[in-house]
Amino acid sequence: MSVASPNAERGVAVELTELRRSYGPVNALDSMTLHLAPGEFVALLGPSGCGKTTALRCLAGLEDPDAGTITIGGRDVTALPTNKRDLGMVFQAYSLFPHMTARQNVEFGLEMRGQDKSTRARRAGDMLDLVGLSSQADRYAHQMSGGQQQRVALARALAISPQVLLLDEPLSALDAKVRTQLRDEIRRIQLEIGTTTLFVTHDQEEALAVADRVGVMRAGRLEQLAPPQELYARPATAFVAEFVGLTNRLAGRASGGRAEVLGVSLPLLAGSGDGNVEVLVRPEGIEATPDPNGNATVLSAAFLGAHGRVTARTDGGEQVEVQVASAALPSFEPGQRVRVTPRGDAALAVAR
Amino acid sequence: MAKSPRSGTRALGGIKPSGALAGVVPFFAYTTVFLLIPTLVVIIAAFVSDGHLTLGNVRALGNAGFLTALKQSIILSALTAIIGAVVGGILAYAVSTARPDGILKRFITSLCGVLAQFGGVALAFAFIASFGAQGMISAWMKKAGVGPSSTLWLYQWDKGVLLVYLYFQIPLMLIVFLPAVEGLRPQWREATETLGGTTWTYWRRVAMPILFPSFVGATLLLFTNAFSAYATAAALVSQAQPLVPLQIAGTFTSETVLGQANVGKAMALAMVVVVAIVMTIYAWLDKRSSKWLVR
Repeated sequence: MSVASPNAERGVAVELTELRRSYGPVNALDSMTLHLAPGEFVALLGPSGCGKTTALRCLAGLEDPDAGTITIGGRDVTALPTNKRDLGMVFQAYSLFPHMTARQNVEFGLEMRGQDKSTRARRAGDMLDLVGLSSQADRYAHQMSGGQQQRVALARALAISPQVLLLDEPLSALDAKVRTQLRDEIRRIQLEIGTTTLFVTHDQEEALAVADRVGVMRAGRLEQLAPPQELYARPATAFVAEFVGLTNRLAGRASGGRAEVLGVSLPLLAGSGDGNVEVLVRPEGIEATPDPNGNATVLSAAFLGAHGRVTARTDGGEQVEVQVASAALPSFEPGQRVRVTPRGDAALAVAR
Repeated sequence: MAKSPRSGTRALGGIKPSGALAGVVPFFAYTTVFLLIPTLVVIIAAFVSDGHLTLGNVRALGNAGFLTALKQSIILSALTAIIGAVVGGILAYAVSTARPDGILKRFITSLCGVLAQFGGVALAFAFIASFGAQGMISAWMKKAGVGPSSTLWLYQWDKGVLLVYLYFQIPLMLIVFLPAVEGLRPQWREATETLGGTTWTYWRRVAMPILFPSFVGATLLLFTNAFSAYATAAALVSQAQPLVPLQIAGTFTSETVLGQANVGKAMALAMVVVVAIVMTIYAWLDKRSSKWLVR
């Protein structure tokens, strides 16, 4: 397990064990277990309705689990009300109190904790400074941009020095550029203060960029919990492979831990099946070269900025996505013959 | 120097002359004919008698009968506004917690839409048929040996009239205030809780201050609604004229005192003044309490 924060000693362990929560016939959480190490930043990733927000809300005390236990720093908080759990939470949007200035919003939690006026003012100033908004302290929510509002919400959540920081899709309502900036800023601040953090998002790039570990959820269960690179390179299930990044499903024949795909023998990841299989290969795990005697025909070529993507159909009728360097993109034209070859990276094979 | 088209547009104070403005012409025409001109007529006529300028009409407002009616009108309007606002406000909150597309919510809001406009003679008659001397409920109560021995209370301004006014004031409050209550975001309550606050903290520090401007605005609307109501009171009260609208009507229809029409207009002017004072207080309160609102 990787714990990246140098201030991890300030964080506490968080354990969600065998959590169950259902809404009528729908199991939002199906015996979900998730343990966060002190100071760790874990992102929960998954499609809508997979249970990630329910898990976060159960941890916050905003939802009651039907079964299971939740501990924070070794203390069982399952039956404890939200206001006694010592949490900071940033919501998706519109959570600032509109009748209070940025400073008053940040001071609110401190006031709830009985801090005196001067301590509150000093702490609020420090927090607004931390998120780079000292100059906006006297502004109301409607006088700030969406990104600034979320920064204030983050300052407000952190001002009370919570044991756990909960981020419920805090970036999803922002435009792409602000989202990236704030994402990096959240990570910087989290590393600085070392608070154990649970971040819920449906954006895989966000999750992979900031988290120590990413948990991919599906139908109320955790499919895989792993550091971002491992999750990407060694997906445990077909769902994880396809949800995180792009993947090709290529027919192959597997035996003895290897599979033959497009004429190349690939090592298989643990959990792969034998016999007639589909091998999940990333676009960057395949090479494409113009070749009149090749094994595929280019259908389209797209420029994506840092790199390009070539879509080709093999002579066997399979569609393959291949990542190529932007500079090489002009050499691929629709209708052109190419040779597509797996590079040899380990891949997951699932029964066909 | 010839003006450019751009500077010509600026001369209109930034308003772009477009077809869209034509849409508000009927509104302005309507308010001019039925609000502005009558108000001007009232103000001018209050200072005119037999074609001469005079302060006599205004001086006539000093008589005890009018002052009592004015006091009673203000008390009745304030009481029905405050009770209506509190009860209607609580009802609006209860309705806001129901399922948005549920039948209960749709039924209550539709019903209140009708009841809020259900004033006048029909409402007065409904109450007389229920609580009057021969009323259905009065008869049941009599049979059961409960309730007051007399039904005269129904025709008194501070009892029956007040109760009947609440019948349209409470639904009106619900309709006017419901959008504000529904504007409370669940995140505000949840943020309060995660920051260590309780339900009471949420109401005291967050929800109530946010709702305050809307609540005061709605209460003012209820006040003016009751202050200007005539038909309901007229249908219930046949003896004396305990309220200003009834007194004004009296100056136009009295068979014993003639030539009082302009005194009636002076009374209407007094009503305008009362509403202006209430509006001024509201504007002051609103300015203090809603600096945070988007303007």
